Amino acid sequence: MSIDYSQKIPNNVGLAENRTLQRALEHWQPEFIDWWKDMGPDDSQNFDVYLRTAVSVDSAGWAHFDYVKMPEYRWGIFLNPAEAGRKVNFGEHKGEAAWQEVPGEYRSNLRRLIVTQGDTEPASVEQQRHLGLTCPSLYDMRNLFQVNVEEGRHLWAMVYLLHAYFGRDGREEAEALLERRSGDADNPRILGAFNERTPDWLSFFMFTYFTDRDGKYQLCSLAESGFDPLARTCKFMLTEEAHHMFVGESGVGRVIQRTCEVMNQLTTDDVAKIRAAGVIDLPTIQRYLNFHFSVTMDLFGADVSSNAATFYNTGLKGRYEETKQDDDHLLNNASYPVLEVVNGEVVTAQAPYLNALNERLRDDYVRDAVAGIERWNKIIQKQGIPFVLRAPHKAFNRKIGPLSSSKISPTGKVLSEAEWTHHHLEWLPSIEDRAFVSSLMGRVAEPGKFANWIAPPARGINNQPVDFEYVRFN
Amino acid sequence: MNDPEASRQSITYDTHPDRYKHWRLTFAGPVATLHLDIDEDGGIKPGYKLKLNSYDLGVDIELHDALQRIRFEHPEIRSVVVTSGRERIFCSGANIFMLGLSTHAWKVNFCKFTNETRNGIEDSSRHSGLKFIAACNGTTAGGGYELALACDEIILVDDRSSAVSLPEVPLLGVLPGTGGLTRVTDKRHVRRDHADVFCTLTEGIRAERAKEWRLIDDHAKPQQFAAKVKQRAEDLAAQSDRPADAKGILLPPVKRIIDGAGYHYETVDVAIDRKARRATLTVAAPSSGVASDIDGITAAGASWWPLLMARELDDAILMLRTNDLEIGTWVLKTSGDAQLVLDTDAALARHHQHWFVREVIGMLRRTLARLDVTSRTLIAMVEGDTCFAGTLAELLLAADRSYMLCVPDDLQQEASITLSEMNFGSYPMVNGRYRIAARFYEEEAPIAAARAAVGRPLGAKEAAELGLVTATPDDLDWEDEIRIVLEERASLSPDALTAMEANLRFGPGETMETRVFGRLSAWQNWIFIRPNAVGETGALKVFGSGNKAKFNWERV
Repeated sequence: MSIDYSQKIPNNVGLAENRTLQRALEHWQPEFIDWWKDMGPDDSQNFDVYLRTAVSVDSAGWAHFDYVKMPEYRWGIFLNPAEAGRKVNFGEHKGEAAWQEVPGEYRSNLRRLIVTQGDTEPASVEQQRHLGLTCPSLYDMRNLFQVNVEEGRHLWAMVYLLHAYFGRDGREEAEALLERRSGDADNPRILGAFNERTPDWLSFFMFTYFTDRDGKYQLCSLAESGFDPLARTCKFMLTEEAHHMFVGESGVGRVIQRTCEVMNQLTTDDVAKIRAAGVIDLPTIQRYLNFHFSVTMDLFGADVSSNAATFYNTGLKGRYEETKQDDDHLLNNASYPVLEVVNGEVVTAQAPYLNALNERLRDDYVRDAVAGIERWNKIIQKQGIPFVLRAPHKAFNRKIGPLSSSKISPTGKVLSEAEWTHHHLEWLPSIEDRAFVSSLMGRVAEPGKFANWIAPPARGINNQPVDFEYVRFN
Repeated sequence: MNDPEASRQSITYDTHPDRYKHWRLTFAGPVATLHLDIDEDGGIKPGYKLKLNSYDLGVDIELHDALQRIRFEHPEIRSVVVTSGRERIFCSGANIFMLGLSTHAWKVNFCKFTNETRNGIEDSSRHSGLKFIAACNGTTAGGGYELALACDEIILVDDRSSAVSLPEVPLLGVLPGTGGLTRVTDKRHVRRDHADVFCTLTEGIRAERAKEWRLIDDHAKPQQFAAKVKQRAEDLAAQSDRPADAKGILLPPVKRIIDGAGYHYETVDVAIDRKARRATLTVAAPSSGVASDIDGITAAGASWWPLLMARELDDAILMLRTNDLEIGTWVLKTSGDAQLVLDTDAALARHHQHWFVREVIGMLRRTLARLDVTSRTLIAMVEGDTCFAGTLAELLLAADRSYMLCVPDDLQQEASITLSEMNFGSYPMVNGRYRIAARFYEEEAPIAAARAAVGRPLGAKEAAELGLVTATPDDLDWEDEIRIVLEERASLSPDALTAMEANLRFGPGETMETRVFGRLSAWQNWIFIRPNAVGETGALKVFGSGNKAKFNWERV
C-alpha cells in the first residue's frame, strides 16, 4: 500500500479499513492529480497558497488554514455525522428508514443525479483555470484558488459515493468525470452552462454568485435525499459552498463600490467617462447580471419535468428545506404555478406539483438571489447614486423548456423576433462590453494592492489583514 | 359503439416533403440525408407534446413517404443517412404520453406501421441497392435505437455521454416492441446475456462498450463524426447498382375518394358494408394495353398500372386498418382482362433489373406483405369478371380462404385463374418464402404442378386440384354458401380470429421479420392489455407523473 490514507486523504468514512474504497482510489487518485495538473489553475502548481482545508467535520476541523501547494492539497472525504433514526421524509417511501445502501431499483436515477452534480465540480475548475493570470489582487487570487480546490473536493465527495456504492459502473463514471472537458467540442461537460467560458473576473464573481448558488440549491435538495450517504455528503458540501457565494457577492459588491466611488469623484454617470476612468459602468454590470441570472435559470431544468417528479416521489431528491414544508410531503394532488406563453403574454398556469418541482426550486433560488441584489443596491444607495440593479424576469433569455421558444424581455414582455434583435444588446453583454471588461484585467500580485476597477474587501481571510501575503509565488 | 360513423377517425397517409413537420430530406450526389427534427406541437392527435425528438404515427408517415420519394423520385441515391437535426439527441423513441393516451387498437396499429416501415428499409437494402446508415449524433433511446437497428450500419457519436439504450422494460414496463429485441439478437447477434443486461439498463451503453457488444458498428468523436458518416455513406454508395443518370419518377398524391360507400381509386375500389362489418376490395386490371418497353414504362411513371395499383391498394389497406377497425372481413376480388395483367407481368419479369421496374416489384412485394400481416379475415372470391392472374393471383394466395365459382354446365361462364412466373419467387412473404411455396410447405410435387400450369387459364376444377383454392361451390350453391361463410365468420371473436389467422398464414420456419410480428409484437400486445402496463397504476400509465407503477407480482 503506497498511500497512508488517513494522512493523505483526510476522511471520516473509515477509508483505512475499507478495501473496496482503497482499491478504487488507488486507481483514481493519481488520475485526479494528473487532471489537476492538466486542467487545474494555470501556471500555479508551485505557489504556496493560504488555503482552508477540511481535516474533520467538527467545528475545529473543517476550516484549517495554512499555506499549501495546490497539487498537494489534502482533498478529503467527509460526510456530516449520521443522524440516528433518520427517515425518508417525502415521496412514497416517506416514513421508511433512510437507505444506507443504494436501492437496486433506484440505482440508475441515483447514479445519474450524482454524476450530473459531480460533473459540474471539475467543470468549473476548468472554466476558471486562466483567471489566476489576471487576478485583481493576491486576496482575490487566493479566493479563486480556494474555490477551485473546494470544487475539487466536491468532486471527491461525489466520486466517493460512486466508488463506495455503485461498483464497477461507479468506478467507470468516476473516471469519466476526469475525462470530460469544459467547452471541448468532442468531449463536453454534461450541462450547457458548464461549457461556457469564464473569461474575466466580473464573470467569475457573477458565476460564483449566481451559478454556485444553483449548486447550493441542488445540494440542499439532495441533502434531503432518502439515500443517507448522499444526504450527509451534500450537507457537508454546503458548508464550503457558502464561501463560494461569499466570493461572488462580495466580489460584485466591491466592483460596484469602486464604480460608485469613481462616479462620485468624477460626478458623472456618463458611461464613456466612467469607462475611461478604468472602472466598469453599472449598466454593464446589469447586463452581466442578466446573462448569468438567465443562464442559471436554465440549470434548474424544464419547468414541467417527469424526471423531477420521479426523483421526488421515489425519495431521491427533495425540495429546498423539505422537512420545514408544511404539507403532506407527497404532493400527489397538489399543483404549482409555472409560466407559459399564451397569446403573446407570459401567464401563470397550474401544473401537477410533482412535475413542477424544478420550478419550485427555481423560485426558492430566485428569492435568495434577489436578496443579494438588494444588498448590492444598498451599496449604490449609500453612495447616493440613483441606479437600481434588477433581477430579470424568470422567463428572460431562456434556452431550455417551453419558454425558450419565445423572446422575452427582462421585464417579462413577449417580443417579436425583430424587437428582440433590436434590443437584446441593451440587456445582454455585447462583444464590446466583454472586450472592455477584458481590457481591465491584468494581474495585480503585490500584497495589499488592488486593481483599479475593484475596491479592497472590508477584512481579510481568517482574521488576517487585507495586505497579508495570501499567495507566495516562489 | 352507438354511432360508428361519428367515432370513425379520418387519418390519411398523404404527405409530401414540402409539408413535412418532422423530417428534412436533403440530397448530395449519391447520398440522401434524413434529418429528424420533430415539431413538439405537431402531434397527429391532440393531448401530448413530442418532446426530445420523440415520435408518433405522424412522424412515421413522413418517414414512410420520404423512403418512397428516395426509392422512386431519386434513383441516383445509393445510400441514406438517417440522423437528427437536433444537438445531443438522435431520437428518444415513441412518445410515451401518446402511448399512455392511446387505445389498445391505436397502439397496435401504430406499432405495426412502424414495423412495416422499418422492414421496408431493410427490404430496400436487400433488393434495391439502397444502404442505410444511422448517424446517431446524440442520445439514441428506445424506438430511436430501433430505427437505427433497421439501418445497415450504426455510427454513434462518442461525446462521453451519448448512449444507445432500450429502456422500455425498466422504465415503462413494456418491450422494445418495434423490432428492438429481435434485431439486437437476430440481426446484430448481440450475445443474449449482453442483450439481457442492455435491455434492462435505463441509461444505456456508451460508444466503446456499445461497439464491443455489437450494439453499434462504429463511433466517432463529435469533431470527426460528420466526416466518418460521410465516408461510410460514400463507401456504401460505391457498392450500389442504382443508376447515376436516370430520371426519377414523380409520385403524385394518391387520388382517393371517400364517401359513405367506402374508398374509391382508379384501380382499386373498397365497398364497405358496415352492418355486415365487411369490405369488398376489388382490384381492376389495366383497362387497355400497358406499356411494356422501358421508354413507355418510364414515360407512364406513377400511372404505369402495376405501380398505380400497388400504391392504391397499399393506401386502401392502410385506410381500412387505421379507420375501420370493426370491418373484420375483407373480401378480395379482381375485375378486368387477365391477359393485360399477364402482359404486365411479362414486362415486369423482362425488365426486372431496370431500377424503376425493380422498385415497382418492391412496392408490390411490400404491399402484399402488408396484406399478409393485416389483422382482418381475408377471403378471395373468384367469380364473374375476374382476373386473378399472375401478380393479382398473389391476392388469392394471400387470402385465408378462397372460393371459386364452378359452373359445370357452362364452362364459358366460369372464371379462371392464371399463374405467371411472377408467382414463383418475385414476391416473398416476410418469412422469406413465396406464397405458393409457403402454401405447400415447400413440397416439390405440388409446387412443380402449379409451375407447370403457368400461363394456362385454370378452371375451378383444375384450380382445386392444384390446391390453389379452398372450395369451388357450383352456381346453384354459390350464393347460400358464400352468405353463410361470411356471416359465420363475422360472428367469431375478432381477437381469436386475428390470432388464429396470424398463426396459420406463415407456417413453419422463422425469419427475423416473422419473429418481429409473431413473437415480439404478440408479446408486446399482450403486455399492452395487462394492468401492469396500462392499469391505473401500470407503468405506462404512471410514467412521467413521478408515481411508481404498482405491479401484480405474479409471473404468468
